[in-house]
Amino acid sequence: MIEIRFHGRGGQGAVTSAELTALAAIGEGKYAQAFPSFGPERRGAPVAAFVRISNEPIRTREKIYNPDIVVVLDPTLLGIIDVAEGLKSNGIVVLNTKKSPDEIKSEFGIKARLAVVDATRIAMETMGIPITNTTLLGALIKSTGVISPLSIEEPLKERFGPIAQKNLDAFHRALAETTF
Amino acid sequence: MAKRVGIEVSIACAEAVRLANVDVVPAYPITPQTHIIEDLSQLVAEGELDAAFIPVESEHSAMSAALGAAAAGARVFTATSSQGLALMHEIVMLAPSLRLPVVMVVANRALSGPISIWNDHSDIMAERDCGWVQIFCENGQEVFDLTLVAFNVVEDERVLLPIMVNLDGFQLSHMIEPIEILDQEEADTYLRPHKAAFRLDVDNPTSMGPVGLPEYFSEAKMAADMALKGSKEVVEEELKRFGETFGRHYNVVETYKAEGAEVIILTMGSISETAMSAIDKMRTWGKKVGLVRIRLWRPFPIEEFVAAVKGAEVIACIDRAVTFGGTAGPVASEVRSCLYHLPGKPAVINFVAGLGGRDVTVDDFVTMVDRAQHYLRKGIFPPYELINIAGEEEKEAESA
Repeated sequence: MIEIRFHGRGGQGAVTSAELTALAAIGEGKYAQAFPSFGPERRGAPVAAFVRISNEPIRTREKIYNPDIVVVLDPTLLGIIDVAEGLKSNGIVVLNTKKSPDEIKSEFGIKARLAVVDATRIAMETMGIPITNTTLLGALIKSTGVISPLSIEEPLKERFGPIAQKNLDAFHRALAETTF
Repeated sequence: MAKRVGIEVSIACAEAVRLANVDVVPAYPITPQTHIIEDLSQLVAEGELDAAFIPVESEHSAMSAALGAAAAGARVFTATSSQGLALMHEIVMLAPSLRLPVVMVVANRALSGPISIWNDHSDIMAERDCGWVQIFCENGQEVFDLTLVAFNVVEDERVLLPIMVNLDGFQLSHMIEPIEILDQEEADTYLRPHKAAFRLDVDNPTSMGPVGLPEYFSEAKMAADMALKGSKEVVEEELKRFGETFGRHYNVVETYKAEGAEVIILTMGSISETAMSAIDKMRTWGKKVGLVRIRLWRPFPIEEFVAAVKGAEVIACIDRAVTFGGTAGPVASEVRSCLYHLPGKPAVINFVAGLGGRDVTVDDFVTMVDRAQHYLRKGIFPPYELINIAGEEEKEAESA
């Protein structure tokens, strides 16, 4: 079983990222759960969302304490919360940042493996808004392979309708531009 | 054809209600409400469900409108949660006495205060003695399936009582997971068309809800109690028929590795899945642990429960609500009462866990099983014990 935690700020689409990941996995015939960190929703405040993916039926309702993967949608969260908290020793942090993995490691003391993508720039260039959730999904899939890039397309189209293509463009650019 | 889709449990529940082709959905549309009602209002607005959606001004009115609509012969659905259920209470009490088959889904959440929006069973336990059929779901598939089953149960002329289908707030209501959704044709092979047994009709006038003089009141209450007790047979029949139709089999009490277990974990609702994972873990250590899960809470399935725990030494009974100053939590009270007169009965150690959104983890189940065995060995039987309380473990470690 793979457990993923998404960090973002209210309004950036962390919850949507989690949902789309789970829907894509279920579309592949796997089992998955997606859930937000339940609480009052406030735009701009740090939020988290969670995904479990498994080849077997998932029989737990625990929160996720030791994720295999952490995805960070907003680079300004790095100085505020410990994004790598509880991360498994072989885990990976997928990060929206302009900086290189080495710069991030030295600046924030993160010891985990890192995958980075300048998702804000990609989102601005492809969609004209700094909403980075679908871009980070590209980075997540590129760096971890938890689901196939193809299986994200249908849930993404269903969710975004007329703006799905722009989101897919951002997603594909992240597939190409993520370094890890 | 039924298809397995990733879907939020609340939306799947609304889909079951759509398949049941309800006539009236009266609901308070603001918090504490779930996406169940939001989605139903949308289905009605888009013409996908031919029903009257009544956005009332409070839950008290929601249940009043539900009873009025059911009395007029409509198939009625509503949903609520926590404070909303509490505000409904006066009319909730009235529904079984009127013998009106309303289906209500309750996303179980804590009652304030302190103010909480999170999951526990304090809302539903405050409605325990209202005379409704009450059933608890473990996962999203059960929410979908049992919502359908609920309509057939309550509209059966042997029952004619309202039902609450309980699902854990947030833990289930906001969870996206794979659920097999039936199509209309399939649902229609199981669901009976609605036909009100009794209804207000100007051509055949009748009275509902008259005064119960002391000469009749006890008899009316006894009749309601008999109807509720008798509903168990209908619940069992409907679960059986659902299983035969769709291959998903449900019982009023479920067990997991309970045969020959020395310790039984007793649960209701979605923590049962985590409990099973904990049991698998403890079994690898050689601990003889099993699970008994109560699905049908009202009427309480006494014989099935007693049979399920037979031979166990101790039951770690988990409550999700506090009975302040009482002898046990609501579930443990029932369980002790069922077992009291039986020779060779298991001891019942009662843990109150998972209040107001506090997680109940695999490790918590391991701790509860250990403590239950410890108490049994020492011959100590506390009425109930809240677990996972900040500072308590340190205090215990010091005193040891």
